[in-house]
Amino acid sequence: MDIPKDRFYTKTHEWALPEGDTVLVGITDYAQDALGDVVYVELPEVGRKVEKGEAVAVVESVKTASDIYAPVSGEVVEVNAALEKTPELINQDPYGEGWILRIRPLDMGHLDDLLDAAGYQEVLEREG
Amino acid sequence: MKKTPLYPAHLRHGGRMVEFAGYALPLQYTSIVEEHLAVRRGAGLFDVSHMGEFLIRGVEALAFLQWATANDAAKLKVGRAQYSMLPNPRGGVVDDIYLYRIAEEEYLMVVNAANIAKDWAHLKELSRGYSVELTDLSEETALLALQGPQAASLLQGLTEADLSLTKKNQVFGARVAGRPARLARTGYTGEDGFELFLAPEDAEAVFEALLEAGATPAGLGARDTLRLEAGFPLYGHELTEDTNPLCTPWAWVVKREKDFLGKEAMLAAPCAEKLIGLVLETGIPREGYRVYSGDREVGRVTSGGYSPLLEKGIALAYVEKEAAEPFLVEVRGRKVGASLSPLPFVPLK
Repeated sequence: MDIPKDRFYTKTHEWALPEGDTVLVGITDYAQDALGDVVYVELPEVGRKVEKGEAVAVVESVKTASDIYAPVSGEVVEVNAALEKTPELINQDPYGEGWILRIRPLDMGHLDDLLDAAGYQEVLEREG
Repeated sequence: MKKTPLYPAHLRHGGRMVEFAGYALPLQYTSIVEEHLAVRRGAGLFDVSHMGEFLIRGVEALAFLQWATANDAAKLKVGRAQYSMLPNPRGGVVDDIYLYRIAEEEYLMVVNAANIAKDWAHLKELSRGYSVELTDLSEETALLALQGPQAASLLQGLTEADLSLTKKNQVFGARVAGRPARLARTGYTGEDGFELFLAPEDAEAVFEALLEAGATPAGLGARDTLRLEAGFPLYGHELTEDTNPLCTPWAWVVKREKDFLGKEAMLAAPCAEKLIGLVLETGIPREGYRVYSGDREVGRVTSGGYSPLLEKGIALAYVEKEAAEPFLVEVRGRKVGASLSPLPFVPLK
């Protein structure tokens, strides 16, 4: 499984990529592979305030629905509207075109609480 | 967990194995949507060896089956098959089945994997007093389902039988890839196709030969989306011990002009609910989701999922008999508009 080193991760398989004073959020290659064909994404409203760990979006595959949790507390400032028409972008390019939302964190320093690529790799190894 | 004779082949082809009715079976090989579309547009190949097979023979085989099943088994000529149900004494459904007449006094019944033990006990008990012999062939039968518009042409390359002479619901013996098989032009996807009854030791060679000939291996995930899109019931969801089949779109299975177990109860019970098909404006419905008619809750989704052809969420749901549009389905706390759909959800041949 592909785990880019340029970003942070959660144990619940989200990634968080800092860009300026915002953070781009998506799900990992492992997560999209486990879900299978993504056929619907429920996106939050722009402007919504979220707490770290709060369910902020829903990714539905043919077989199941999966909550996406905010990796940091802050405000949703953008969502990937392309997913409404082409949710399969999450399968095709989970770390790029398949991004889900952008959060402006209360404190960029909170990213340090997340896992780095090596830490996430360990999580995957433990899950087997 | 039990393994079908194709277990090694599933692993070899990258099957993502899950437990289903006590068997290790592939959920998917590559993608449920791709496998679904392969069946709708080409040919998909399923391992359905987990299904149960009972051989029923004897001079009173027909008399017994007329009592034990709801469809009219007397209409079956040798070499023909019919969809049917096993009713219980209360007018509910023990299982939905496929019945094949394979000789003058010999029938093959295919039952759902999860119900093999229950059906067997039920039928053994019912068969008392009939001159009939029941044999459970489930463990010594491998079953493949080759389904899709290209199934016949693909299979034709592997058998000497002239498939152009066969019709839907026909059952006949033939060699496939050199192996003896019983072929039936049946299936549960809404497409043309064949089911191949094989000896376990022949299953892998035939499976590989069909893949080599161009069939796409397809798993349980696609099997479920295909049957849902085709508007077919799944036992435990749309049909249960408490379901009166006369209150479902599959009431045609029940033949009132003959006698069968539970007939009086079935005819006497009023239908409080009806089964409907719904297409959602947005979101994916799942089993158990609430259905509303306007503001009033009127029922529940029994099967829900994604239709790869419609690219929308679709559901089968039981609702109050008088419930009318506008229907809404509560999807994760949000009520979503849903339009009534005829079954099947998509035009099928």
